[in-house]
Amino acid sequence: MRKVLLIALLGSAFTLTGCPKPETVKETPSTPATDSASQLPVESPGPDQGEAVDPREQARRRAMAQRVIYFDFDNADIRPEYRDVLANQAQYLATNPSMKVRLEGHADERGSREYNIGLGERRAQAVRRALMLQGTGDVQLVTVSYGEERPAESGSDEAAWAKNRRVELVYGN
Amino acid sequence: MRSSESILALSIACVAIFSAARAELTIEITEGVSDPIPIAIVPFGWAGIGNAPFDVAELLARDLRSSGRFTPMARADMIELPTRGQDVKLDDWRLLRNDFVVVGQLQSGAEGRYTIQFELINVLNGQKLLNYQQPATTATLRAASHRVADLLFEKLTGIRGAFATRIAYVAVEGQVPNRRFQLIVADADGENPRVAAESTEPLMSPAWSPDGQTLAYVSFESRVASIYTQYLRTGERRRVSARAGINGAPAWSPDAQRLALTLSRKDGNLDIYVLGLVEQVLTRITDDNGIDTEPVWSPDGKSLYFTSDRSGNPQIYRVGLTPGDRPQRVTFEGAYNARPRLSPDGSTLAMVTLDRGAYRIGVLDLNSGSARVLTEGRLDESPSFAPNGAVLIYGTQDRGRGVLATVSVDGSVQQRLAAEHGDIREPVWAPFPTP
Repeated sequence: MRKVLLIALLGSAFTLTGCPKPETVKETPSTPATDSASQLPVESPGPDQGEAVDPREQARRRAMAQRVIYFDFDNADIRPEYRDVLANQAQYLATNPSMKVRLEGHADERGSREYNIGLGERRAQAVRRALMLQGTGDVQLVTVSYGEERPAESGSDEAAWAKNRRVELVYGN
Repeated sequence: MRSSESILALSIACVAIFSAARAELTIEITEGVSDPIPIAIVPFGWAGIGNAPFDVAELLARDLRSSGRFTPMARADMIELPTRGQDVKLDDWRLLRNDFVVVGQLQSGAEGRYTIQFELINVLNGQKLLNYQQPATTATLRAASHRVADLLFEKLTGIRGAFATRIAYVAVEGQVPNRRFQLIVADADGENPRVAAESTEPLMSPAWSPDGQTLAYVSFESRVASIYTQYLRTGERRRVSARAGINGAPAWSPDAQRLALTLSRKDGNLDIYVLGLVEQVLTRITDDNGIDTEPVWSPDGKSLYFTSDRSGNPQIYRVGLTPGDRPQRVTFEGAYNARPRLSPDGSTLAMVTLDRGAYRIGVLDLNSGSARVLTEGRLDESPSFAPNGAVLIYGTQDRGRGVLATVSVDGSVQQRLAAEHGDIREPVWAPFPTP
């Protein structure tokens, strides 16, 4: 049973890394990755599988587990809860120096559109700096800001806005 | 068919050259002046074979009504239908409580040519205020009728009419994330919509060239933002800025030789630049760690207004284009003032302003410094002045959908334009057509 699940998850993870289309990168929930890990123990890169999987694969799986960083309103500061997320990404990128990632910055719909492009860019740059501080090479990172033009959620309430103020890490380009 | 095939082929976006029409917009007047002028626009006579090809009077009545300043009389209430000024019985129209009467004829000429002959009469004193002939062709009957409405409007209000102008806007259909973006050009009343550009990636920030012939806009069709200009008559497109990082917020200089724009370059910091379109020379205008964006030219072309959050939150600044000029802050009230647009005479600044927790359209009188909020929405954005400076068009939301709305600069007249489906936004009003 465990084996079957593991294969299934590896398969889906492969699909996600292999496909360059951002549409296929499913939004991960804003709740910490540990939540889903407790529901799906196989997905967790926990120590119980340490001997079964090589460290590179572990790093890859940790990085794939959460690839969206959410932000506060009119703000580009990375919240402390995302430190581990970014550490996982940086570790993965360090072990795969040929891998590239697009940092796609977004804003919620409030206010003017071009200013929101600026906010999305500022967020993408904050993630870029955080990754570079942890050793990620400049050539591995590309930023783009969509402002409010590509919301993850439609709707005009705080719940939707919170999901839309984000940076998505899109691998494989 | 077109000389620009090769340029178009470079792009993955499908660019239609005014081929595909889309669902038309409907207008709803949401607020008008308290004492609109009563006017009777009598059905025009037709001097030609068969049925009249166009109902001029109906369009004139619709235009004048849409301004919120007139109440055209219902046809059913008219007891006689004169088509010449000499046949207008002043006493009758006075009894029907009209201040003015418009009569006229549509005359057929050779080879699809027409003449719209019309008279505007003051019922109270019998004075003939206008007696004009407006030429037209089969293709321009609607536009020529809008021009007649412009003349009537100007005579009766003292304000140049803007019915014979166009707007551009962005339409979005489909659900997140599978959406289709279209750049649309339509008559100012929403009629004759035509798709100028289309993409599955975002299109934004359309801006008219001063002669109203070309649109600049931002397209993400190559998965990064680039600025294009597109000559509307042929559809010929040029990619004028595709530098690393952001290429956004294009604004034409009054002499049409330059574009002000926002670039982030490699370091990711947004600043304002001016790009010479002929020689492709790039001049940096601002250099600040904040977000500097949304430039707009003063009418004399000597300075730019723009949004900057260098003080901590977005405010409007002005900077002269003489080397060494430093930006001066223009707005001080409120925590959010962005996306400035100048009235054609340069006296009034329109912007998005945060008003009691809602994003609304505000205007600032640059001479007196007095500011006021004109709209009552929650997510109003993208104000754009009509070329006569009397009205603003902007984007707002109605039951979760993006719609367009207009408001007179004094706040008294409001109307709404909605598409049958999908979101429409970022309206920009074209300049007056050059003669």
